Amino acid sequence: MKITYPHMGNVCIVIKALLTDLGLELVLPPPTSRRTVELGVRYSHEFACFPFKLNLGNYLEAYELGADTILMAGGVGPCRFGYYAQVQQQILEDLGVKMEMVVLEPPDVSFHEVKDKIHYLIGDLPWWQVFKAVRFAWSKARAIDTIEEKLLYFRPRVKEPIKLEGYFRETLKEIDEAADRREVERVVNSFLKKSEIMPQLSVKPLKVGLVGEIFTLLEPFANYDMERRLGLLGVEVTRSVWLSAWINEHLCRGLLRVRTECSDDKKLAAPYLNSFVGGHGVETVGCTVGFAQRNYDGVIQLAPLTCMPEIVAHSVFPAVSEDYQIPLLTFYLDELSGEAGLQTRLEAFVDLISAYSRKKEGVL
Amino acid sequence: MNVMWDIIPIGIKINFFYTNKGLDDMVKIGIPRALFYYYYYPLWREFFQNVGMEVILSPETNKEILDNGIKATLSEACLPVKVFFGHVIALADQVDYLFVPRITKVEPKAYICPKFMGLPDMLRARLHNLPHLIDTVVDTSSDGNSTQCWTDCLQEVGSMWTNNKHLVDSSIVAALQEQNRFKQHLLDGILLPDAIEGTVIPEVAAASHPQQTIQIGVLGHPYNLYDPYISMNLFKKLYSLGASVVTPESLAENDIAKKAGMLPKRIFWTLGKRMIGSALNFLENKQLDGLIYLTSFGCGPESLVEELVVRWTKKQDRIPLMMLTIDEHTGEAGIITRLEAFTEMIKRRHKA
Repeated sequence: MKITYPHMGNVCIVIKALLTDLGLELVLPPPTSRRTVELGVRYSHEFACFPFKLNLGNYLEAYELGADTILMAGGVGPCRFGYYAQVQQQILEDLGVKMEMVVLEPPDVSFHEVKDKIHYLIGDLPWWQVFKAVRFAWSKARAIDTIEEKLLYFRPRVKEPIKLEGYFRETLKEIDEAADRREVERVVNSFLKKSEIMPQLSVKPLKVGLVGEIFTLLEPFANYDMERRLGLLGVEVTRSVWLSAWINEHLCRGLLRVRTECSDDKKLAAPYLNSFVGGHGVETVGCTVGFAQRNYDGVIQLAPLTCMPEIVAHSVFPAVSEDYQIPLLTFYLDELSGEAGLQTRLEAFVDLISAYSRKKEGVL
Repeated sequence: MNVMWDIIPIGIKINFFYTNKGLDDMVKIGIPRALFYYYYYPLWREFFQNVGMEVILSPETNKEILDNGIKATLSEACLPVKVFFGHVIALADQVDYLFVPRITKVEPKAYICPKFMGLPDMLRARLHNLPHLIDTVVDTSSDGNSTQCWTDCLQEVGSMWTNNKHLVDSSIVAALQEQNRFKQHLLDGILLPDAIEGTVIPEVAAASHPQQTIQIGVLGHPYNLYDPYISMNLFKKLYSLGASVVTPESLAENDIAKKAGMLPKRIFWTLGKRMIGSALNFLENKQLDGLIYLTSFGCGPESLVEELVVRWTKKQDRIPLMMLTIDEHTGEAGIITRLEAFTEMIKRRHKA
């Protein structure tokens, strides 16, 4: 059994650590590229969302490398993600690609469904070994979030952001290769030390909140490196979704104490959006209000084209923008987004919010 | 009585006193002729008339309605939602209240669509000067059923108006009866627009036009299919091309559910399930000569459901399938050409 799974930003490092420790053989798809997109788009429905297409491309590229089993998450609606696996399986079958799919999702009838799937994957592994693997993977998830957060903080502040990114990539690689938790901790600390002593600019960066659908937020390829573009324009970005916080909330029911800036923002969505709408719709609205209350200079929403929950969230934005007088910008992303257009819109937005914030402070 | 005052919105208190006056002073409740109008209008109409309100229906979709809707919504929203906004705008200054229930689930464990769940919020954020929205939640619990969720919703709506519990209950019974009659008409083969008005002669069954030479199954959501402006008179065009039409509405719920149950995983969209179930029924129907699948541009659930239907139809390799995707730009000539080509091809297949 050669297992593969689709890419979502740096999540692959975490899952790799988990599955390797559980004694599974992995074949990872190559990093998402233009070729991945082309493969995915060729075989999916025109209006399927961008993550669907990228996933499919990942599977096909992993298949070429010899993978035969796909590990995938699922759901029970109303977001389309919950039905990805079944449609993707049909597409792969029609293409004559023989791959098995193991979908981990909330059980429909009884908990045995999940138990059987896990048993199928890892067999009779002793529980302490499973616990150890989970704890190790968790430490890597936390480590990645920590260094990403620091990167977002320092990128607009340091004089040599490119050098900082170099450190970041090195650290990421070292986290991936780290064999135990102490090693992970050491690598993270050395990154923190290195980044803190870098020479900094004297200007205070603008602050922008990034909200939206989780895949588009976490996968730099899907959002055309939005965080980096903003950082290099001198904007400090705060992301609303963090991997470890998400795991804590959805898989551990909030048992672990992971705090992010947006942890309590979900309830701010009312009165603008009063109902659960699937996906991250409510979080998007809530975090936008939260950012506005914390005096951010602007908020950018990212969503795959035709994403239903995000369209609902985007629809209520005029009311939020009016009440809090905050500039909001939405990007719908798919395989056709031209990078130059994206860059121009970002530059215009950053110009606007900087003029706006100067006006607010009474400088203009 | 003090308690009552607290739970009744201020606007309603005033109207309370007028409800027993003449017809002109009746409270006017607006129902947009869009989205779930095509599923539940008989239920709603009967209920509101029975509790003593005047039901105002928006006019049939026209250019002005569509244009207003497009202006008021995001370009990313789907066509049916844009049309819905247009109808709300058309009603806004004619009525005292607008009935826009927040429809989450009308059956256990299956949603409608995220956009339906957010409709009242989207309206409030994007339209100003709206009448009071009645956005009662329709949500079936996992042990409920599709009748229960509406009974609960209407009871809540009724209690906003009157504390005559008996009147509300009897209105709900009458409304549910009306809804059942409507469903029976659909099963008899009457096309939805005729059945929804309630005055139909069962003999005029749409599925059995004797002179027509070919029979075509048309898949699509009722709010696209039966809005002649959106579907560009699809049915009329097909009739004139010599085709009779079979719609998902003429299938029994049980048949649809049985077929949809064959899927590897339960589908969690009520409408998607209807489409898949109907498509599988149509694929087995030996009398059908062709299938047309009408969808709106950018429909989320449809992008996955459609994909499965297309693949299964291809695999079965018997019935030709044509996909028609519509949005606000659709040119009528293009649709005509495609329909002509499609029916022509089917007729040639017959001769061969």
